[in-house]
Amino acid sequence: MSPTFSADRFSAIFRKSESSRARLEPRWRGESKPKDPYPTTDSSAHRGKGLCGLKACSTLAWFTILLALAGCRQDMHDQPRFKPLAESDFYSDLRSARPPVEGTVARGQLREDSYLYTGKMGNNPGDYMPFPVTTEVLARGQQRYDIYCAPCHSRVGDGNGVIPSRGFPRKPPSYHIERLRKAPLGYFFDVITNGFGSMPDYSSQIEPRDRWAIVAYVRALQLSQDATAADVPAGQKVPSEPPRFEELGSGATLPVVENKPAHEEPK
Amino acid sequence: MQIFHRSTNTLSRATIYGAIFVVAALFWAAAAIQRSPYVTYAGVRRPQPVPFSHQHHVAGLGIDCRYCHTSVETSSFAGIPPTKTCMNCHAQIWTNAALLEPVRESYKSGKSLVWTRVNDLPDFAYFDHSIHINKGVGCNTCHGPVDRMPLMYNQASLQMEWCLECHRAPEKHLRPRDQVFNMRYEEPSSSKPVEVDGKEYTDQLSLGTDLVKKYKLRTVTDITSCSTCHR
Ligand code: HEC
Ligand code: HEC
Ligand code: HEC
Ligand code: HEC
Ligand code: HEC
Ligand code: HEC
Repeated sequence: MSPTFSADRFSAIFRKSESSRARLEPRWRGESKPKDPYPTTDSSAHRGKGLCGLKACSTLAWFTILLALAGCRQDMHDQPRFKPLAESDFYSDLRSARPPVEGTVARGQLREDSYLYTGKMGNNPGDYMPFPVTTEVLARGQQRYDIYCAPCHSRVGDGNGVIPSRGFPRKPPSYHIERLRKAPLGYFFDVITNGFGSMPDYSSQIEPRDRWAIVAYVRALQLSQDATAADVPAGQKVPSEPPRFEELGSGATLPVVENKPAHEEPK
Repeated sequence: MQIFHRSTNTLSRATIYGAIFVVAALFWAAAAIQRSPYVTYAGVRRPQPVPFSHQHHVAGLGIDCRYCHTSVETSSFAGIPPTKTCMNCHAQIWTNAALLEPVRESYKSGKSLVWTRVNDLPDFAYFDHSIHINKGVGCNTCHGPVDRMPLMYNQASLQMEWCLECHRAPEKHLRPRDQVFNMRYEEPSSSKPVEVDGKEYTDQLSLGTDLVKKYKLRTVTDITSCSTCHR
């Protein structure tokens, strides 16, 4: 099993720009410094005629040197260490970071609770949340949903997001169809983790707990389309306080929410 | 014998005073150059393997920063999306576009796309995205109107004085946390108040001062001490 966030084989490289590298060379090193700043002033003063010319010359020279110095940036800007994703010419794949050895388990990624990572009991998707759903979890789920799913599925989950309207060949199904309303929670987790048909997987972008939060939120969306807040019995697994939308994707009607959770973000 | 004409007296006096101005001008020019895009690269667009447009993806399609810059809230590094993230959409959209050939090539071969860094602090300075995001500093406070950039450039000089200008008075720049990713956020004004915890604010200073308390910012002395950024 590979860890959740691994440096996958497509990770980008982030190179310092050529031009800034050139500029970062310590240019002042090669230049010989003039010994005496004003060696010409005295003698020229007695020569009369050349007074202004020579002085102007030396001023000009100083001016140029100062300007050149001002443009200098020194060694310390580029140290022998790598920022994340930095380019290295040592390895053939040009990456400074090495992919973890197969089977490596990063801190905090030991998958003791397999349901949390697969959403499956045996071979079938389970229908319960691996942790209790609180309003915080739902708010988190809404936020993550709006980031990662809404571009295609739209904020209300009817499948009319922006991306399908710009030529994504397959329109996602609405979450509010009978089949998906009946689908167990673990099924949604599995779709996010492994993708489905032409939908890409989101396992590298969303960590497992957030995937579950999204799942809870999707269920809340489905319930909210199907019922009023009053219908939800107290103590239900997924509290279905319907989220409030200021931007309705598509004329879908939502039940009016009386007491909106205080921390829910206005969008 | 009179070698010098009388007028040279005036002339020499003028040169002495003039020299002060010349020296001052030199310092001024040096300072100006130090802050100019010639040194800081502010506003300079860099060549990229793919002409990726934030304007198109952020303003046009409404994609959130975090869809691509996934680690910006939790780590010092904002994260540059791997090829797979582009292919989420571009496996199906604009599949024939020549512009996107490097992306498809990278996806096929597994070789990373090589993006050119735009914002680059010197290696001796320490910067961390997550704290700024979590304390309510918006992306566009530092990066400028990203949603109007067809090609990325850096907005700020990223020089120390720029960092300090904010660290000395963070209340002038803070916004509610949920607005950090909003590129069109406007500071509160009497015509457009900003509401936080049920209280309406009509000017930045009172909002900022309350947010400093709410987000438990450390003291100014703390965040302007050298070891905050040079560690
Ligand atoms: C790039 C666009 C896109 C994004 C982003 C996206 N989806 Fe999908 N999704 C699709 C498409 C297209 C389908 C239909 C796939 C098919 O039938 O081949 C789909 C189908 C689904 C289905 C239904 C599967 C079925 O049984 O019919 C679920 C559930 C789903 N997506 C959940 C999500 C969740 C949760 C997210 C956010 C983490 C998400 N999707 C993000 C495009 C997307
Ligand atoms: C569709 C993916 C995507 C989205 C969405 C996105 N970015 Fe980017 N961003 C990239 C890529 C790819 C690069 C590297 C290429 C470049 O510099 O243009 C990048 C580069 C940047 C850089 C410059 C990094 C550097 O120093 O080189 C900044 C700053 C940035 N993005 C900010 C944002 C902000 C702010 C948002 C949200 C408003 C955002 N991005 C949304 C993909 C994205
Ligand atoms: C959420 C979906 C999505 C993601 C992710 C995405 N794009 Fe796009 N991109 C689009 C769409 C849709 C268009 C075409 C827009 C249109 O037709 O209006 C497009 C257009 C483009 C274009 C050409 C059009 C233009 O005017 O700029 C380029 C180049 C491009 N994308 C590069 C990238 C790169 C590089 C990445 C990865 C960092 C990326 N895209 C990620 C949806 C996406
Ligand atoms: C306090 C100012 C500030 C804020 C706020 C800020 N950035 Fe940055 N960003 C920087 C600096 C400085 C760098 C250069 C870091 C370096 O060179 O190590 C940078 C670099 C980046 C990069 C290049 C990758 C990296 O981390 O070096 C991306 C992408 C980026 N920022 C995106 C964002 C996004 C998205 C947001 C909003 C969520 C954001 N930034 C908010 C200052 C800021
Ligand atoms: C627009 C305002 C703003 C700008 C610009 C800004 N910062 Fe900050 N910075 C903050 C705030 C607010 C905090 C949080 C202070 C606190 O927690 O008390 C912070 C905290 C920090 C910390 C402390 C992080 C830690 O973990 O202790 C560092 C380091 C830092 N900034 C570096 C920088 C650097 C380097 C720059 C310039 C490239 C910069 N900042 C620019 C507002 C800003
Ligand atoms: C808010 C973060 C921050 C704090 C606090 C800070 N610095 Fe800096 N410092 C920077 C950054 C960023 C740079 C890099 C500027 C650049 O790109 O030229 C820098 C650069 C420098 C440089 C090198 C200048 C050059 O041009 O190479 C010196 C010297 C320096 N700092 C000293 C100090 C001292 C002394 C203090 C304490 C009084 C201090 N700094 C506090 C962020 C900070």
